[in-house]
Amino acid sequence: MANFSTSEFKSGLKVMFEGDPCAILENEFVKPGKGQAFNRVRFRNLRSGRVWERTFKSGESLEAADVMELDMEYLYTDGEFWHFMKTDGSYEQTAAPEAAVADSKDWLKEQETYAVTLWNDDPISVSPPNFLELEVVETDPGLKGDTAQGGSKPAKVSTGAVVKVPLFVEIGDVLRVDTRSGEYVSRARGS
Amino acid sequence: MQALETRARLLHDVRAFFHGRGVLEVQTAILGGATVTDPAVESFQVDGLGYLQPSPEYQLKRLLAAGAPSLYQLGPVFRAGESGRRHNPEFVMLEWYRLGFSDVELMKEVAELVDLILGPSEYRTLAYAEVVSLAGDQLAVPADIRPRELLDLRFSVGIEALGPGRFFVTDYPSDQAALARLRDEDATVAARFELVVDGLELANGYYELGNPDELRRRFQRDLEVRCSAGQHQPAVDEKFLAAMKAGLPDCAGVALGFDRLLMLKLGADDLADVMAFPIGRA
Repeated sequence: MANFSTSEFKSGLKVMFEGDPCAILENEFVKPGKGQAFNRVRFRNLRSGRVWERTFKSGESLEAADVMELDMEYLYTDGEFWHFMKTDGSYEQTAAPEAAVADSKDWLKEQETYAVTLWNDDPISVSPPNFLELEVVETDPGLKGDTAQGGSKPAKVSTGAVVKVPLFVEIGDVLRVDTRSGEYVSRARGS
Repeated sequence: MQALETRARLLHDVRAFFHGRGVLEVQTAILGGATVTDPAVESFQVDGLGYLQPSPEYQLKRLLAAGAPSLYQLGPVFRAGESGRRHNPEFVMLEWYRLGFSDVELMKEVAELVDLILGPSEYRTLAYAEVVSLAGDQLAVPADIRPRELLDLRFSVGIEALGPGRFFVTDYPSDQAALARLRDEDATVAARFELVVDGLELANGYYELGNPDELRRRFQRDLEVRCSAGQHQPAVDEKFLAAMKAGLPDCAGVALGFDRLLMLKLGADDLADVMAFPIGRA
């Protein structure tokens, strides 16, 4: 695989660092007028999601990481692996281990499309779309007519996530939910 | 568009400042036959002709040695491999030399120019060692860093840690004298200063060293460092050394990053915001 030198570092570049694939978030060139040049680099570890900063001497290089992000449809889980299928018509499938879906497990809905990050063709992380429409499977009984006032209660949706919802929401309602914040947006259809 | 207009106004103000003080504007060659040996500065080589000059320093000093009065140049310089929020391979440098000035007198004039452009403010003076100590003990450093490189990194971090305000950094260790004299009273300290404004290194000045033998020794030491690091080995600038042998009058000189001054004036966060065509868009 190719190497990238510090002068080629830029936001979005995928490189290997300490054995893990990382995405460069920020690269700052630092140099005193009459001194050694450095690059201060912020990374996101694509496996753990952790962000950290390292300083390199300018001119050092890192190996490129064979990382790509694909849109894939979620199929099912067998308890050990979570299965996804390419949406390019090839019906090619890939099995993601628990570590890859750790952050998105409660947002996996069959036949939805997810962004799957592959490293050397193995899935290492899965991101849900920003908004999903999900059915409420568990919540306290709704309070009819209470549509205007504040107040909220927890509701469990079909994928397993628990969302804070207004008091009028009932089991069977389909909600539009922001998966980034885990917040209720609206009812997706009347009930 | 505002940046273009402010740039034009600042160019005018700087020229008026020097005109009012009887300092002569000169234009030396941008493409020169030789270049600096400083290991921290890489020049762009032009096949068969020489180098795009990383600073007009040597040519300006040759003019001084030939009898020119106090002078300045305001024009483009080039440094290979320097690119970032605060660096662009081509930038505008304001460099001036004052006959009969010491570094301390020149610092006063630098402050007067900066006051004119950015408005008056206080200037604090602190020693190089104080800046380095601001970097603290928690600094993450590359594994194979050499002592001098670590010092450079700590200095860069220390400068940022200074925060808002205007600071003159003085008392550079003698191995970072570059082309400054060493102090008569203490040869471990160089008569060199830098001006830092709001965490940005803005200007670097010297009480100029004219001794050709000492200069040649420093160039040789630079070339040894370059050799061990596998860097390009430029020939020593013999025309410059010959001029120094003829005699550099007592003087102090300073180079100021004009584009950075413009950044400060406009409150810009990125050099690209104050240049019409930064690298990559040029």
